[in-house]
Amino acid sequence: MTALLEVHDLTIGFGDAAPVVDGLSFSVNAGETLALVGESGSGKTLTCRSVLRILPENAKLRSGSILFNGSGGSSDLLKLSEKELRKIRGDRISMIFQEPMHSLSPLHRLGDQVAEVLRLHRDMGRSEAKQAVLAQFEKVGFGDPDRAWRSYPFEMSGGMRQRAMIAMAMVAKPELMIADEPTTALDVTTQAQVLGLIRSLQAETGMGVILVTHDLGVVANMAQNVVVMNKGRVMESGLATDVLGAPAHPYTAKLFAAAPMIPEVASAARVPSHDDVILDLRNISKTYTMRAGGWRKPVTVAACQNVDLQLERGKTLAIVGESGSGKTTCARIAMGSETPDAGGKVLFRPDKDADQIAVHEMSTTQRTLFQRQAQMVFQDPYSSLSPRMRVQEALTEPMEIHSIGSAADRRDKAAEMLSWVGLDPDMMRRFPHAFSGGQRQRLSIARALTLNPRLLVCDEPTSALDVSVQDQILSLLEDIRERANLSYLFISHDLAVVARIADEVAVMRAGVILEQAAPDTLFYNPQHPYTKALIAAQPEPDIRRPIDLDLVAKGAGSPSLWPEQYRFQGTQAPALRELEPGHKVRCHA
Amino acid sequence: MIFLRYAIWRFITMLLTLAVVSVLVFIIINLPPGDYLSNQIAELRATGQAEGVAKAEFLRQEYSLDQPIWKQYMIWVGIAPGAQGYAGLSQGNFGWSFEFDRPVAEIVVSALWMTVLVNLAAVLFVYLVALPLGVLAAAKSETWVDYTAGFIGYLGLATPNFLLALILFYYGHRYFDLPIGGLMAPELEGEPMSLLKVQSILLHLIVPTFVIGTAGAAAMMQRLRANMLDELGKPYVETAKAKGMAPARLLVKYPLRMAFNPFIADIGNLLPAMISGSVLVSVVLGLQTIGPALLIALKSQDQFLAAFILMFVALLTLIGTMVSDMLLVLLDPRIRYGARG
Repeated sequence: MTALLEVHDLTIGFGDAAPVVDGLSFSVNAGETLALVGESGSGKTLTCRSVLRILPENAKLRSGSILFNGSGGSSDLLKLSEKELRKIRGDRISMIFQEPMHSLSPLHRLGDQVAEVLRLHRDMGRSEAKQAVLAQFEKVGFGDPDRAWRSYPFEMSGGMRQRAMIAMAMVAKPELMIADEPTTALDVTTQAQVLGLIRSLQAETGMGVILVTHDLGVVANMAQNVVVMNKGRVMESGLATDVLGAPAHPYTAKLFAAAPMIPEVASAARVPSHDDVILDLRNISKTYTMRAGGWRKPVTVAACQNVDLQLERGKTLAIVGESGSGKTTCARIAMGSETPDAGGKVLFRPDKDADQIAVHEMSTTQRTLFQRQAQMVFQDPYSSLSPRMRVQEALTEPMEIHSIGSAADRRDKAAEMLSWVGLDPDMMRRFPHAFSGGQRQRLSIARALTLNPRLLVCDEPTSALDVSVQDQILSLLEDIRERANLSYLFISHDLAVVARIADEVAVMRAGVILEQAAPDTLFYNPQHPYTKALIAAQPEPDIRRPIDLDLVAKGAGSPSLWPEQYRFQGTQAPALRELEPGHKVRCHA
Repeated sequence: MIFLRYAIWRFITMLLTLAVVSVLVFIIINLPPGDYLSNQIAELRATGQAEGVAKAEFLRQEYSLDQPIWKQYMIWVGIAPGAQGYAGLSQGNFGWSFEFDRPVAEIVVSALWMTVLVNLAAVLFVYLVALPLGVLAAAKSETWVDYTAGFIGYLGLATPNFLLALILFYYGHRYFDLPIGGLMAPELEGEPMSLLKVQSILLHLIVPTFVIGTAGAAAMMQRLRANMLDELGKPYVETAKAKGMAPARLLVKYPLRMAFNPFIADIGNLLPAMISGSVLVSVVLGLQTIGPALLIALKSQDQFLAAFILMFVALLTLIGTMVSDMLLVLLDPRIRYGARG
């Protein structure tokens, strides 16, 4: 049997520089999934885009061939004219992209955008195309296809948009689908459902799939064949069972070691103590009023409700939840940059014997002091450092603002902090653009440390990083916590990341805490259906442990689908009950 | 229904804005010390023409110029009784021009239509030129097409309007027999509308439209090009490409539609810029628009005439912004549904 797609000796480069994809060969069979795995800069995205020749303008295909053996005969995609290739794009080979947010035009209705494929390739009339699209919408899981047809992309959640993208890619019944990080921008539970959808559609139509991803867990759940790439070259390729079962190449092994995993725990953890609480959130709620314009009624949104959290000195408290769960609002309130609704209080005790300060009722001097003692590390290291400030300026600026020490003292402190985060003090004269993503995040951490804080609020500090870099940054954060006796409030969407660093985890959804316990307790004995779904949705790089889609669907769906015990009454959530010491669940008695 | 509610809301805010503008206009016009009549009375006294003084004093009372300024304002707007009872803007009475010694309405009525005509022609010219050139420059960015369009654009921006006007008049007359100056042939002025008159007006409009519109078109073209280039890099363009769309159709359906928003939002800004920009051009070209009248009125403190013209320009601007806002709501579902996506 000839393969559906045969890529041979593909080389791509920018200008005269060294090639970014170098002599790559692989093949995809009909009905099978090939995963291209690698970190950012590995050339995996360029590779998959070169199949349809959707490349940046300055990227040049230097050599190689991409043979497509479709039902319409065999042809080399790299040699086809633009016009011939357009007939294949969207029809025989389709593609879905990473950002469902931006990959659909916000000004056109979903129905129009999806039906366009049929009008381009099938010469269908309006009503005929609409029938086909509605049928496809139903297949990708829209409960009300008619409504989806009329909707604009911004009216939908990320997962729904990605379903619409998949419908668009599938509506012409292609023989090959290329998925470029299709679930990277989605929450884990949504990711699990979208992956399940791609798999079932593939089983139904027998198409081939090229799946580009950085996540070995996704590979284990989806692919029959794997190509591991690094810096444009193949490190290792073969059957998924072989590559994932016993990685032969050290690079694959390294990726494996770095992949965050939810540990299998044998017993519950000991009860976290709350003797010396550095940060105490008491009954925090936040309601936003959104004014949409003078002619519309303002809408109120409860970002978080009745959140009670205590952070023990020297420990890490993690808040885990999907986008929109209210976790970042909690962090902002804890930092004093938002005020909670009346009745809520944030108390901060800088040292064991010091007085508690109410963060939102501070005097100006107290506030200045608080700003020194509580620092923040942000998610995106690319935009949280000014591109026009040298490292030295960025690191000394906080001390200047608080007029600490002389210029020489400040420089010494900055150099010391650089060495703490594993960077060379000689780098002080450089600008941030000279650093990689991971190094920049180290810089952000160093900057936060220059004021000798007691508390660090980390808002998804590793979400924008590659897995191997994420691993290093987490180790660094653990290190520094011991060394400087810091306490962390750690915000994340990823249970596996949190599993490693946190002493206590609060799972949030829709503004309320659903379950709260030490991570080991949580993994050993998860109670709430949503927590169970989060754990089940985590893709594990182990072929024998596939995602349990049923469990995910039960817990991550609407709260009205939860068992009676956990259901909300209207908007009223059940109370948070202490099931066993140190393990709270939101349920009816 | 959302749209209807929005339109009503938008119309009410426009009226409110207009009221605020009227206060500002009135204050600004009254800022320089004295008024037309007190200046005239002083001059008559100095030359010893006592009977003239009596007439001027009469006019002062007649038009309430002896009243405190807040009262003058209310009489002008028509919410307080003046010498002839309620007779202000809201009653359709625009006041008296002392300079021309005629009612304001009589002076400006034909000029108003000409102003609207000239400026509408110029706006149309701006859009017709900027749209294709801007799109072309973006689609063929960094090729000779882009550079040529850019060069012509900057030339248009940089050339002083009156100079362009003189050059065009000269060559237009010499090679194409285009008329010089005015908005219609002199013998047709004051005649009733006829096919001949329409023809004459259209022929006379060519040069002024070009002169007034060039700078606006050049700026608009550059803006559209920049917007288009931004949009061309967006992921949804890739999606459309991956669907197998042909480049020209893709360009028009997706990025152009997105780049259109600022284009439409500009309608409101374009009008006042053109009217104020065309004041000098109108003087140079001898166009019977309100431009020259405004200049005279401002120089001689002919307050009712000046105030009325300024109010008229403000009204045009407000209508322009209202129209562009409503078009945006119609064209962009994100604004319509108040989403932030």
